[in-house]
Amino acid sequence: MSDHHDHDHSEEGSPLTETELRVRALESLLVEKGLVDPAALDALIDTYETKVGPRNGAHVVAHAWADPAYKARLLEDGSKAIAELGYMGRQGEDMVVLENTPKVHNMVVCTLCSCYPWPVLGLPPVWYKSAPYRSRAVLDPRGVLRELGVEVPEDVEVRVWDSTSEVRYLVLPERPRGTEGWSEAELAGIVTRDSMIGVAKVPAPARGARR
Amino acid sequence: MNGIHDMGGMHGLGPIDREENEPVFHHAWERRAFALNMAAGFLGDWNIDMSRYAREQMPPAEYLATSYYEHWLWGLERLLVEKGLLTRTEIEARVAELRRRAPR
Repeated sequence: MSDHHDHDHSEEGSPLTETELRVRALESLLVEKGLVDPAALDALIDTYETKVGPRNGAHVVAHAWADPAYKARLLEDGSKAIAELGYMGRQGEDMVVLENTPKVHNMVVCTLCSCYPWPVLGLPPVWYKSAPYRSRAVLDPRGVLRELGVEVPEDVEVRVWDSTSEVRYLVLPERPRGTEGWSEAELAGIVTRDSMIGVAKVPAPARGARR
Repeated sequence: MNGIHDMGGMHGLGPIDREENEPVFHHAWERRAFALNMAAGFLGDWNIDMSRYAREQMPPAEYLATSYYEHWLWGLERLLVEKGLLTRTEIEARVAELRRRAPR
């Protein structure tokens, strides 16, 4: 999982970069002073690399699609309803769920940095944290959506939500046609990360594509 | 206060580059930088807003030229020194020592 014991070479086998040196310097000093525990660092990495991720959010979305009473609770109090499924924790203390409908398309950005609902989506992808997305999502959301492959008709309202460290957003995408009667697990299998950020739709499954 | 981090509405920052099947981390050092930030945050000497504010103190040209976890690393160094957990001198001495020991 971790290769921090290999202190002699960078991952490419080339000389260490200045950044790699600085990270190692901080880690070694903090460990020596007893301020951080290397095992705790490994555990944190493992959690965010393998346990917390968009599969959690897909479970929430699929459950909401399958159970109208859960969906109502989810839209009423996102964090509380998400916690019912066991997802809670850092950077998800106050989560608000935004429902996409045939008339409203919600999308989420953090113009200042990178706020994102970690318990349900994990750590944000690079593009979400990048200058192009942060700058333009609020300036030209329809253009951004088009660039990312989503054409939103003119009669559909686009709402852009700028995250803060206090409030983080999860988009509840529209359930595609052709998924009637699917199990929650099957539904969760088609929900993508980007659909829960509001920069993609969940496509209708091709015939016979049921998982 | 505004600053380079306050990017909403800026023009000219280019196309959005979305990587397919993106890994959670792109380099081994990003994993360590992430975990160090979290673990050091648990010490309780600062909160999330103070971490972000620290990253926002990076000079604008440098901010634009560096990656996300480089911002985190820069902010973490600043906070560790500000709060007296490490000194600038010992950080630079350790970096120099690791550089000397590293293969060329």
